[in-house]
Amino acid sequence: MDREVKSSLISFCVELLIYAALVIAYYFLVLHLLGDWLQRLFEHERKLYAAIALGLIICQGLILEVFTRLMLAFIKPRTED
Amino acid sequence: MTFPISGTHIDPVYLIGVGFVVGMLGGFFGVGGSFLAGPALFAAGVPMNFVVGTDLAHIVGKSIVAARKHRTLGNVDLKLGGIMVVGTIAGVEAGAQVIQWLKRTAHIDVAVGLTFVSILIGISAFMTWETISTLRAHGNRKRRAKSAGTEHPSRRDHSAMAHIAHKIHALSLPPYISLPVSGIERVSLWAILAVAFVGGFFSGFLGGGAGYIRMPCLIYLLGIPTHIAVGTDLFEIIISASYGTISHALKGNVDILIALVMHTGAAIGAQIGATATQFFGGPRIRMAFIPLPLIGAVMLIHGLLTGHPHK
Repeated sequence: MDREVKSSLISFCVELLIYAALVIAYYFLVLHLLGDWLQRLFEHERKLYAAIALGLIICQGLILEVFTRLMLAFIKPRTED
Repeated sequence: MTFPISGTHIDPVYLIGVGFVVGMLGGFFGVGGSFLAGPALFAAGVPMNFVVGTDLAHIVGKSIVAARKHRTLGNVDLKLGGIMVVGTIAGVEAGAQVIQWLKRTAHIDVAVGLTFVSILIGISAFMTWETISTLRAHGNRKRRAKSAGTEHPSRRDHSAMAHIAHKIHALSLPPYISLPVSGIERVSLWAILAVAFVGGFFSGFLGGGAGYIRMPCLIYLLGIPTHIAVGTDLFEIIISASYGTISHALKGNVDILIALVMHTGAAIGAQIGATATQFFGGPRIRMAFIPLPLIGAVMLIHGLLTGHPHK
C-alpha cells in the first residue's frame, strides 16, 4: 500500500476512535441533561426554543469542525513518523 | 432513548450512524441530507412534520463542516451562493406553509412521502441517462486531454446537458451577472433566483437542504462545474437551512435533540467526503450519486406501507 495512503488511513482510524469516545461521553453527559429543559421550552416558549435550537446546532457544528481539524493536525504528524 | 419533543423512541447509535453516512455523502456530493436522512428518520418512527423540520436543523450543523472544507479546496462561489440565498429563503417559507396546511388535513405522511418518492426516482433516472451519455461521449477525449494538459483531471467537467445551460445563459432577461469563479461570463439573475426558489421550496416542503434538486439544477441548467456546485450548494444551505430551521421550529416541527445526535456522526463523515472530491471527476461523482435517491425512495415506501407508531 502507498505510504501516504497508509498514513492517511491510520490517521483516520485514530481520529475515529478518539471521536467515538468523545461522542459517547458527550451523549451521556450533555444530551440527556438538555432533554427536559428543551421540551419545556418547546411547549411554553416556542420563539426562545427556535432561537436556542438554531444556536445549539450551529455551536455544535463549529465546535466539532474546529475540534476535528485540530485532532487531524495533532494526529497526522505522529502517524507519519 | 426517548426524544420527548417529537415523542419518539430511537436508538441513538442508529441516529449517529445515519448522521455519519449522510455527512460523508453530503461532503462528497454536496447533497445527501434529506433523501437519506429524511426516510431514515421516518422509518425510525418520527412523524413526517418533525422529519422535515429536524432534518433541516441537522443540515445546518453538517453543512458548516463540509462547506468550510470545500472553501479551502476552492469549490465555493460566494457570489452565486449569496444570490441564491434570497430565492431559497422565499422558497423555504412557501414550502413550510404548505406543510402547515397539510398538518391540518392529516394527510401529511402520504402527501409528502409520495412526492418525495416520485422526485427521488425521477432524479436517479435522469442522472443515470445523463451520466452514461456524458461518459460515452467524452471518455476518449478526456484521456487524450489529460495526458496533454496541466490542470488536475478532476477539475475538468463535462455534461450531456451543456446545450441547455448555454441556452439559459443566452436568455435575454436582465439584470445579468457574471460568475468568474464558476467560469460563467453572463447569466440572468432571474435564472439563478428561479433555481434557488425551487430548491428552497422542496427544502421547506420535504426537509433537508434539497441538494438533490438544487445541485442537478446548478449543473445542468446553470452550467456550474460539479465541484463548484457541490461546495456552493453546501455554503448556501447553511443560510437557507438556518432560516428553515427557525421557521419550522416556530411551527413546532423541529426536535433539536434528534438533530444534535445525528450531527455528531455527520461532522466526521463530512470531512471525509469533502476531501474525497479531489480525486474524482464530475461525471464519476454524478454516477456514484445515482443509487442514493433510490435507497431513500425504498425506505420511504417501506415506511408508508408498514406504518409506524406516532405520538
